[in-house]
Amino acid sequence: MSEGAAAWLDFEKPIVDIEQKIATLESVQKKSGVDMSEEIAKLREECAQKKREVFAKLTAWQQVQLARHPFRPEATDYIPLIFEDFAELHGDKSFGDDKAITTGLCRIGGRRVMLVAHCKGKTTKERMARNFGSPHPEGHRKALEKMKLAEKFRLPVITLVNTPGAYPGIGAEERGQAAIIARNLFEMSRLKTPIISIVIGEGGSGGALGICIADRLSMLEHAYLSVISPEGCAAILWRDSAKAPLAAELLRLTAPDLLHLGVINEIILEPLGGAHRDTQAAANLLKAALVRYLEELEGERLERLLEKRYDKYRKIGVFLEEESAKLAVTDEAKARP
Amino acid sequence: MAFEKIKKILRRKKELPGGLWMKCPDCGNMIYKKDVENRKMVCPDCAYHFSIAPQERVDLMLDPGTWTRLWSNLAPVDALRFEGITSYRQKMAAAQKETGEKDAIWAGTGRIEGRPVVFGVTDSRFMMGSMGSVLGEGVTRMFEYGLQRRLPVLLISGSGGGARMYEGCLSLMQMAKTSAAIARFSDAGGLYISVLTNPTMAGVMASFASLGDVMIAEPKALIGFTGPRVIEQTIRQELPKGFQTSEFLLDHGFVDMVVPRERLRQEVARLLDYLG
Ligand SMILES: [Zn+2]
Repeated sequence: MSEGAAAWLDFEKPIVDIEQKIATLESVQKKSGVDMSEEIAKLREECAQKKREVFAKLTAWQQVQLARHPFRPEATDYIPLIFEDFAELHGDKSFGDDKAITTGLCRIGGRRVMLVAHCKGKTTKERMARNFGSPHPEGHRKALEKMKLAEKFRLPVITLVNTPGAYPGIGAEERGQAAIIARNLFEMSRLKTPIISIVIGEGGSGGALGICIADRLSMLEHAYLSVISPEGCAAILWRDSAKAPLAAELLRLTAPDLLHLGVINEIILEPLGGAHRDTQAAANLLKAALVRYLEELEGERLERLLEKRYDKYRKIGVFLEEESAKLAVTDEAKARP
Repeated sequence: MAFEKIKKILRRKKELPGGLWMKCPDCGNMIYKKDVENRKMVCPDCAYHFSIAPQERVDLMLDPGTWTRLWSNLAPVDALRFEGITSYRQKMAAAQKETGEKDAIWAGTGRIEGRPVVFGVTDSRFMMGSMGSVLGEGVTRMFEYGLQRRLPVLLISGSGGGARMYEGCLSLMQMAKTSAAIARFSDAGGLYISVLTNPTMAGVMASFASLGDVMIAEPKALIGFTGPRVIEQTIRQELPKGFQTSEFLLDHGFVDMVVPRERLRQEVARLLDYLG
């Protein structure tokens, strides 16, 4: 947590204040030998109470802020805590190695899997190298290459989604950003191996979707998934991206919203106060969910798996349809070759 | 040059009373409306292709009297209760009033040079042709129908709006839904010809519009992932001329052919002959 106090979110400050008091008492106790365990226990209870209070009524915008939190664990934090023996595989075999997406083989709970994960980077230098987790077309192609490899050897695919979105730039357009995202959706919908996708932070539009066509699509409690960034939505509605907090509310982008809309399978809980307060605990919860999904899916016959995957996306959408059975029959009769 | 100027002034004068003249957004010339209409809404000076309504597309592409519209009873719903500065309900109602349509897709069947096809057009007049649940469902049904009946699919896309913001992730997931339907259709050997018209962007281009077995673009259409203004703001740099046009996509290998509107029907018929 080297970025200092400025990185804490406003609504986290009361929690941080208590935590600092606890830290001070603990160090005094250690140095002086005076027993302060009673005060410390009291503060701990107060802190937990404060967390429950603050996190019980988070706004959509606060959820977005948590998903983007500078201290929030990302794939590179989770990999050593959840997976064993990670063998990173680079490159898309046709243009380059986009570091906004990390791919490789690893083990989880005794199973071999292919991991595909957005990476934003932790330091400024790393963030530049990883383009802040915004993939170019070669990143999406790299993801697809590795998923095809997994398909060939019947390894399940796990994707960890955490991107502000696919990169908007000249090179990205020249190399077919839209076309390659479409290709990923197309290929993933029929990939002959189980796919598990978890949105662990930001789920920015097409960039997120490009690696989250899956048999299980779930979100960490404080992740978001949205068709457009709150800033982009606010710019369209009010010509003012500062109205992003209002837009975040309208877009229904939080995990509970998306569970309600039938977009995701499950909300994976985070430790109280968010994953960044206890990365190990967050990793344990995430790992438990991943292992459970793998167990559920490995018994599934391939045909059935693909059928269910199709149906899962097929039924998403809300519209009205007036009665027209009669009309449809006539139409079809006319259309017959 | 002076003569050109005078001609322009004369044209401008004429345009005011009767609305006989219109300005081409590409070359900037004042052009005689009748001339444009006679050329199927193409600028006689620079060959800019104006957007046309679904009915005009049907007339342009299909054998007369063969068009049968399907699923026209699908109507949008404000599932998110989206209440912005204007609500989704208001937006929807305004577009419905303006176009007389329920949403942004026409889908059905027809014949091209006698060959039966599943035919669809996105309606760029309706909320910029953006894809919500109705458009996604319509496109998905086109491919399921084509798969059941072993018919090729011809889909003409025009959408500046991409995935419709007002339906949130329901719109985003239509990208997945339509792409999955196309994958099934393709696996069964179905032929899909995708025609890109001005403009085809974002979530529409990043899903069904990009997945044709053969990709055709009308000339000078704006086609891409991110809108040019957003790119300019992001990279703080002016975009090169011709960026994200049909011709740019042709140069970079993402479309098979750029076909002027007047030859489109005949070119599609030829492809149906080869692959259908
Ligand atoms: Zn012109």
